[in-house]
Amino acid sequence: MTKYKTHLLVCGGTGCRASASDDIVENLKQELENKGLQDEVQVVMTGCFGFCEKGPIVKVSPDNTFYTQVKPEDVTEIIEEHIIKGRQVTRLLYKDPKKKETVADSKHMDFYKKQIRIALRNCGFIDPENLDEYIARDGYMALGKCLSEMSPKDVVDQIKESGLRGRGGGGFPTGLKWEIAAKNEADQKYVVCNADEGDPGAFMDRSILEGDPHAVLEAMAICAYSMGATKGLIYIRAEYPLAIKRLIIAIDQAREYGLLGKEILGTDFEFDIELRYGAGAFVCGEETSLIHSMEGLRGEPTIKPPYPAEKGYLGKPTNVNNVETYANIPIIINKGANWFNKIGTEKAKGTKVFALAGKINNVGLIEVPMGTTLREVIFEIGGGIKDGKKFKAVQTGGPSGGCLTEKHLDTPIDFDNLIAVGSMMGSGGMIVMDEDDCMVSMAKFYLEFTVEESCGKCSPCRIGNKRLHEVLEKITGGKGEMEDIQRLRNMSNVIKDTSLCGLGQTSPNPILSTLDNFYDEYLDHINDKKCHAGQCKDLMTYFVIEENCVGCTACARVCPVGAIAGEKKQSHFIDPSICIKCGACEERCKFDAIIVK
Amino acid sequence: MSSIKVKIKEKDLNTIKEICKSFDNKPGELINVLHKTQEKFGYLPAEVQEIVAKELNMSVAKVYGVVTFYSFFTMTPKGKFPISICTGTACYVRGADNVLQEFKRQLEIEVGETTDDGKFSLSCLRCVGACGLAPVVLVGDKTYGRVSPEGVKEILEEYKEI
Repeated sequence: MTKYKTHLLVCGGTGCRASASDDIVENLKQELENKGLQDEVQVVMTGCFGFCEKGPIVKVSPDNTFYTQVKPEDVTEIIEEHIIKGRQVTRLLYKDPKKKETVADSKHMDFYKKQIRIALRNCGFIDPENLDEYIARDGYMALGKCLSEMSPKDVVDQIKESGLRGRGGGGFPTGLKWEIAAKNEADQKYVVCNADEGDPGAFMDRSILEGDPHAVLEAMAICAYSMGATKGLIYIRAEYPLAIKRLIIAIDQAREYGLLGKEILGTDFEFDIELRYGAGAFVCGEETSLIHSMEGLRGEPTIKPPYPAEKGYLGKPTNVNNVETYANIPIIINKGANWFNKIGTEKAKGTKVFALAGKINNVGLIEVPMGTTLREVIFEIGGGIKDGKKFKAVQTGGPSGGCLTEKHLDTPIDFDNLIAVGSMMGSGGMIVMDEDDCMVSMAKFYLEFTVEESCGKCSPCRIGNKRLHEVLEKITGGKGEMEDIQRLRNMSNVIKDTSLCGLGQTSPNPILSTLDNFYDEYLDHINDKKCHAGQCKDLMTYFVIEENCVGCTACARVCPVGAIAGEKKQSHFIDPSICIKCGACEERCKFDAIIVK
Repeated sequence: MSSIKVKIKEKDLNTIKEICKSFDNKPGELINVLHKTQEKFGYLPAEVQEIVAKELNMSVAKVYGVVTFYSFFTMTPKGKFPISICTGTACYVRGADNVLQEFKRQLEIEVGETTDDGKFSLSCLRCVGACGLAPVVLVGDKTYGRVSPEGVKEILEEYKEI
């Protein structure tokens, strides 16, 4: 086996691959070969580093130099300067926007300082397509420990003691779930991994599967051992081709090494995993819907009980956990429940992965201990709001969650605290909004999503959400009346109380939380017919300020509908009856002569 | 069923039968069968659904129910260059809607439609997970990041001559 002196780790997450990280790997390999260094330096395509904002990332190990926004043409310089001459390529290093200094090492970057990586422990370290690298980082050691030293009950007890709670949104204690599934006797039981990450703006499960697929396989095997199952299924979105590809490779390798299949690690324990593909239905994240979808049916939920732990896939006891939950399992077994339950808060142990996105400087994937405040996440790790604008709100929990404001920033993040302030943890999407975002439109955006994704089985969700959406359309269209606010509240409460599954029970949350936290904004839309964020087009008019206009005709040329008229070198004007309010003229004008009111 | 009437060729009929057979003609494998079939034909017209139903020994209504339930399955053929605009929250916040409107205007089609020359089709999808590049547009497998309404024309130009 070749012993490499240096490793070049290139991010192979979806975001970085979209910015040509494949070509970077290709060029690096080619350049190393040109210089005859292919036996000394290894190029590894890893999973996501998390710092998507500055991707593609190339990290040099062992000196930990962290290059950002690398382009395929930068490769020659990295090899010649860094690898051959031992000098860092300063222009590709991360520049701390506050101190205006370059930071060479990821450990000293604000983005990474407060993070503790448990579920993401291997993402960005190992080649996800190589089982040996996972094993080198203690992979499958936990499974070995379970099979050789622990009884199934010991395993359940460890997980219970660790205090791990489901990371998919519900926050149900994982150990308890396993215990129930273990107690239900049956000739066949199933272990299911929910990888149907449907929350728009959330991509942590995908990153784990792309960066560390074996962690999930190992955890599923451990779960199977604890409850006496022999079959596992991973339900994954068809929209995640890269994650699917890496899972298939991982499953094949694990079978080859005898870590899946019969007589695992020389014991009589038997377990194998198959993939099932989703087909684009948000409701399938709900466990009963997911099970129906795996059975080849429409993904509609059914009433619980019976819970999947009693009657699940094909009517047999089934344990369903989410990807991130599973990713925590091997390390809990290895390091012990008492290591894990020291991290986090009293009621929520461990860490949580968040997908940080929206109007924030450092978009990316982060993992922080439970109890970290929203302020730390947004302003320290996230680097604050983009373009120096003012923070307005942060949305957590996706379409089931709510918008939180300035006054909630010091709330320590955990399941119960977020529910107490009117939002929820959800699967971990965190979208930051600035002063240019209209909160009524935001609520409308989420309702649009719910209306589209409602499966239609129960009427409160199917009809109610549609009605809620219509009321929001009316308000953002400038036709709102004060009675609409009461209508929204009444309907929201009915839908929450009477819907069949989690989708409908939480879908009004974006409305209720914006009504609570941004009531004035609703009033502006209804009474003054104004949208101060400038997002509701029906409430806006574009004007030319005569004194500023020099008659350059740039606006008239860019206007897609010919709504702007005027002679050269004379002030122009916009015909509001033709204007479609696309804003192209405002962006084009160099003289600040076009404003929107 | 609002789909185009197509005549299934003998060869295609056999392809569908083979796909069903590779899943042991089990009704429980319906979604996997549909995935494979759509991969082959690009879409799932009513006639194809009828064959699948027959092969898996289930009613056409059941198959149709599943096809229309899941947004991944489509009954209209996609364009040569399918354009998907990410309308996930991160992209929405960074102006995906303006980009979508511009595509609609330039191509003169609505979401879910295909241009008359069969070149472009337009669809929305929820989050490809490249939120760092928001707003994101996919043309086929190629990802375009930080797309602005002004950049739409440029993207379309790339495919005009192909």
